[in-house]
Amino acid sequence: MKFLCIDCDAQMEFFDRQEPGDGTFAAAFACPTCGRRVAMLANPMETHLVGSLGVTIGGNTLDQDPLHLVKSHVEGAEGKLAGHGRPAWTPESRSRLDRVPSFVRGMVMKIYNEWAMERGISEITPDVMDEARVDLGLEEM
Amino acid sequence: MRYRTYHDVPGKDRSQLAHQVAAQRARVTERLGAIDRVVAVMSGKGGVGKSYVASVLATAASEAGKAVGVLDADLNSPTVGRLLNAGPLNMTDVAMLPAVGDRGVRVVSSDLVLDEDAPLRWRGASSEEFVWRGTLEVGMLREFLADVEWGQLDLLVVDLPPGADAAKDLMTLIPSVAHGLVVTIPTEESRRSVARAIQAAQDVNMPLAGIVENMSAYHSPDRGEPGPLFDGDAGAALATEFDLPLLGRLPLRPGRSPADAVGDAPGLVDRVLERLL
Ligand SMILES: Nc1ncnc2c1ncn2[C@@H]1O[C@H](COP(=O)(O)OP(=O)(O)OP(=O)(O)O)[C@@H](O)[C@H]1O
Ligand SMILES: [Mg+2]
Repeated sequence: MKFLCIDCDAQMEFFDRQEPGDGTFAAAFACPTCGRRVAMLANPMETHLVGSLGVTIGGNTLDQDPLHLVKSHVEGAEGKLAGHGRPAWTPESRSRLDRVPSFVRGMVMKIYNEWAMERGISEITPDVMDEARVDLGLEEM
Repeated sequence: MRYRTYHDVPGKDRSQLAHQVAAQRARVTERLGAIDRVVAVMSGKGGVGKSYVASVLATAASEAGKAVGVLDADLNSPTVGRLLNAGPLNMTDVAMLPAVGDRGVRVVSSDLVLDEDAPLRWRGASSEEFVWRGTLEVGMLREFLADVEWGQLDLLVVDLPPGADAAKDLMTLIPSVAHGLVVTIPTEESRRSVARAIQAAQDVNMPLAGIVENMSAYHSPDRGEPGPLFDGDAGAALATEFDLPLLGRLPLRPGRSPADAVGDAPGLVDRVLERLL
């Protein structure tokens, strides 16, 4: 999708993405000409519909985990597939990771994964991220 | 004022949705590069023995020295893992490893990721589940194809749920790769239902290898000779109607495991493989 500023007839630029709560997905755009800013708010059903395609609005520069969709959408599958390979990321921690600039995102994810795997943690939540950050002294990630 | 169209606006689409879907497709294609032939066992009708025939075919091909995988595409009612006595699956960093069943057949099934006897439940289920359920099912199939380390395979057998929709879904994921193998039982009801499924498969240009008639006879455990079971001749009738070969007939032998049933339809697997070339 593209956002068009009608007054300026210019394509608006994407500048932020958030999951502010209650299943809402927000993507924010600004007009490069007049500076007007808008946020597109998708309701939980719309968010889920996009998520069910196994894609992320705004793109995904990471190599996704194998069976990403199964792990994140099928009840119980996470446990069956856990303990093997990389830990799973909850949607909240995932969207937090998405705020990291894309060119270092893969590396940051790897750091968190390794930290969690060393401790036998199978799921990365925002709390786990906080703990790892303090532990590793990485305040900027 | 008339707005410009999506394509009139030359800037980049930052949602990247199309790009990501294309990347998913590419992953499927890459994985299929190591798989020689794909056959999807299908029928319009439920309970006619699709999973059984799929298992017979897989074990027979494996016995003949082929490297064989089975993908259970019946996500809501997985059975083929049990029929083949598949063990547990494993994960590596980059892929899932198939479970191993009878005769070394590699198996992937939703059975292996669900709790014992639990239904397939989607997270975040709501009254609007119908809106995205189909998308998730196709996505799950896609991951079962693409994110599994199948290895080099001579044959991948896909066990489809009843009805024609699953064959269509499979064709959107792997166009021009899969052949259908149609299973019927002898009855007139089965013939009608399977005739519809064949036409639906033809609508999406799925090439059909032929027809297998299951439960053509009844083979009782204590009597030597098979006797009649159902009225009807649906296998032969469908073969004539759609100009397809009737590749084999399989008797119903209660309690017989598919791996032991290979000899019950002599030559079946050779005829199927020949048709997949
Ligand atoms: N030829 C046969 N000999 C012995 N048992 C058989 C034979 N064919 C099918 N069965 C058994 O009959 C039952 C139904 O068969 P199966 O599950 O293969 O049908 P299906 O078409 O896959 O059903 P569904 O539509 O639910 O997927 C199973 O318990 C299976 O083991
Ligand atoms: Mg079945």
